[in-house]
Amino acid sequence: MSVRRLAEDQVQPAIFAFNDENSVWAEATIRKYPAGRQQSAVIPLLMRAQEQDGWVTRAAIEFVANKLDMPYIRVLEVATFYTQFQLKPVGTRAHIQVCGTTPCMLRGAEDLMKVCQHKIHHDPFALNAEGTLSWEEVECQGACVNAPMVIIFKDAYEDLTPQRLEEIIDAFEAGKGHEIKPGPQIDRIFSAPEGGPQTLNDEIKPVRTNLDPHPSAEEAAAAASIPPADAGRPKDTAPETDPKLKTPATAPAAAAANAKAAEKQPSATAKSKPAPKTPGSAAEGAPPEPGAVSGDLKPKRTRRKTTTEGES
Amino acid sequence: MLKDQDRIFTNIYGLKDKSLKGAMSRGHWDGTKEIIEKGRDWIINEMKASGLRGRGGAGFPTGLKWSFMPKESDGRPHYLVVNADESEPGTCKDREIMRHDPHTLIEGCVIAGFAMGANTAYIYVRGEYMREREALQAAIDECYDFGLLGGNNKLGWDFDIYVHHGAGAYICGEETALLESLEGKKGQPRLKPPFPANMGLYGCPTTVNNVESIAVAPTILRRGAGWFSSMGRPNNVGTKLFMLSGHVNKPCTVEEVMGITFRELVDKHAGGIRGGWDNLLAVIPGGASCPIVPAKDIMDCQMDFDGLRAVGSSFGTAGAIVMDKSTDVIKAIARISAFFKHESCGQCTPCREGTGWMWRVLERMVKGNAQKREIDMLFQVTKQIEGHTICALGDAAAWPVQGLIRHFRPEIEARIDQYTRNATAHGAVLEAAE
Repeated sequence: MSVRRLAEDQVQPAIFAFNDENSVWAEATIRKYPAGRQQSAVIPLLMRAQEQDGWVTRAAIEFVANKLDMPYIRVLEVATFYTQFQLKPVGTRAHIQVCGTTPCMLRGAEDLMKVCQHKIHHDPFALNAEGTLSWEEVECQGACVNAPMVIIFKDAYEDLTPQRLEEIIDAFEAGKGHEIKPGPQIDRIFSAPEGGPQTLNDEIKPVRTNLDPHPSAEEAAAAASIPPADAGRPKDTAPETDPKLKTPATAPAAAAANAKAAEKQPSATAKSKPAPKTPGSAAEGAPPEPGAVSGDLKPKRTRRKTTTEGES
Repeated sequence: MLKDQDRIFTNIYGLKDKSLKGAMSRGHWDGTKEIIEKGRDWIINEMKASGLRGRGGAGFPTGLKWSFMPKESDGRPHYLVVNADESEPGTCKDREIMRHDPHTLIEGCVIAGFAMGANTAYIYVRGEYMREREALQAAIDECYDFGLLGGNNKLGWDFDIYVHHGAGAYICGEETALLESLEGKKGQPRLKPPFPANMGLYGCPTTVNNVESIAVAPTILRRGAGWFSSMGRPNNVGTKLFMLSGHVNKPCTVEEVMGITFRELVDKHAGGIRGGWDNLLAVIPGGASCPIVPAKDIMDCQMDFDGLRAVGSSFGTAGAIVMDKSTDVIKAIARISAFFKHESCGQCTPCREGTGWMWRVLERMVKGNAQKREIDMLFQVTKQIEGHTICALGDAAAWPVQGLIRHFRPEIEARIDQYTRNATAHGAVLEAAE
């Protein structure tokens, strides 16, 4: 984490208010959350305020706090915690966010940052002479297979070379940023490999084998090949988990019965077909779910349950 | 290679029709009502039988997670929260799902919501995915218009999906931090227990699932648990979106069967390693938090949970960062340490102080300006961070450094020697201590 503070008072505007479009949008956003939970909308509202002004001002923080009925400090906390909020003015025509994390670094993000240093300013977050451009190094932007990449406002520009980035910066400086197509800047379709996708070229037909009204017995057996209760459990070949050993050696008759039951069990589960249920109905007739009530007690209870079944 | 017919994500490259109609023609939204009519227990049992393990990195069985939700509501609403805060370096699969195949996710939300008795889902998309968020919202609006979502819809289960977003914090990918953030607070993880299944979003029972885990559910239910579990080896079944980044010839995202060997994956889909297989140095196999694996171990390793555990790493999100021999591996790991230092939320002291400390030491080691005994000290500090924090970010920050020391210690020592040699060559005089 890093120290992030609001901009100096000299650059802070006195007031902030959403424009008409954003006010309507804000009301709709607050309604997404249950009554009394309007605080949830704080990140979307701050982000919208940033989109409107270019950065998050003190006035915007106070405006959002009043709107959501939150103490100022809670909104200030959010604004300083999340690094996507720009707390100081950034370039008006472009703020270039260069991803510098390892996958991008391996493919040349450092050269992109040199371009930014050369064309904009030596230091990140500093405005160029005209105040139109700024840049920063950001952490992974989630486009690793298209590395290296930059984000300018809402769009990602991927598979960059230093020359291409220079062209992009020039275009944005000239106010022609919209003319550049976002996405991969080389001959490539999104995240498909260069030179065209090698998969998903065939036509795909819908398949719904599991929903056919009368599946044959073989198909039904194949469909539930793993007994549900055992599916999540790691395969374990340790001798102490052998079901035959459930009964002590002093009771050979019961042990033999257990061994027989253990052999039968998998096939019995596979054959049993789950009965269709009406939506919303509780677990009638279905095996009870021990974990349903409280998750943390689950393993202990499951074991006890299977033991009693084996003994009865 | 996996046949196209067996791929769950049918439009991952966005070349086909993205609309609802297009998705339906490829088999999505087919029989959703029938699945819901089969009932909650059928869905959960089928999900358990499929052996699907969560795709967000930890690999917890999805069906089991769904079954933790209370069967009967005690008056509190249930929530489904989808974790689309994909920030792990090397990982970019959810992005493709949201912008090109959003209907798999939306259909999955309805089915998962029904299976856990939730009428509301929040999809928490990371702040940087703005266009992805717009694409997802457009697809959701389309479903509302078509009567697949909302009250009294065609599926018979009232369901609302809201898209929420973050603002650039890696830590919000941790489930409880995500819930905090969704409640409008700083994203600092909560102590568990209580687990989200009992006390989650707004204090109500909540399940947090990764985008991919939710998006594959409808196809699994339609084609049967047997189909899904027949792919891969036991305990590591199904298909998975793999991401290949770094020094491969053609980086890409591709859906493949679990357990495919690394060599096959790279040769078939990514056009091989830059400069050939002899030029491979190491791979970080599952996103930045996984320990690095040297070339000889990874080449023929099976890419699944057990295969990568056998080579001392973890499967994570299947985002492989490939490094060839031109890489300065110490610098690459130092950059990952810088990432974790930047993203630590500051709540637990071992992580807040330790991540910065590790980064500063590694930065010196990149130059060689360190003592050899500091390597042991660094390893010891990583062990003190690991397991001593509320969430797994402390572990995630420690593992890459441990992996580096385990496999590349001679490299670090050689650099320290080189630095010392240069220093003495330029006039520094070493004197014996009296």
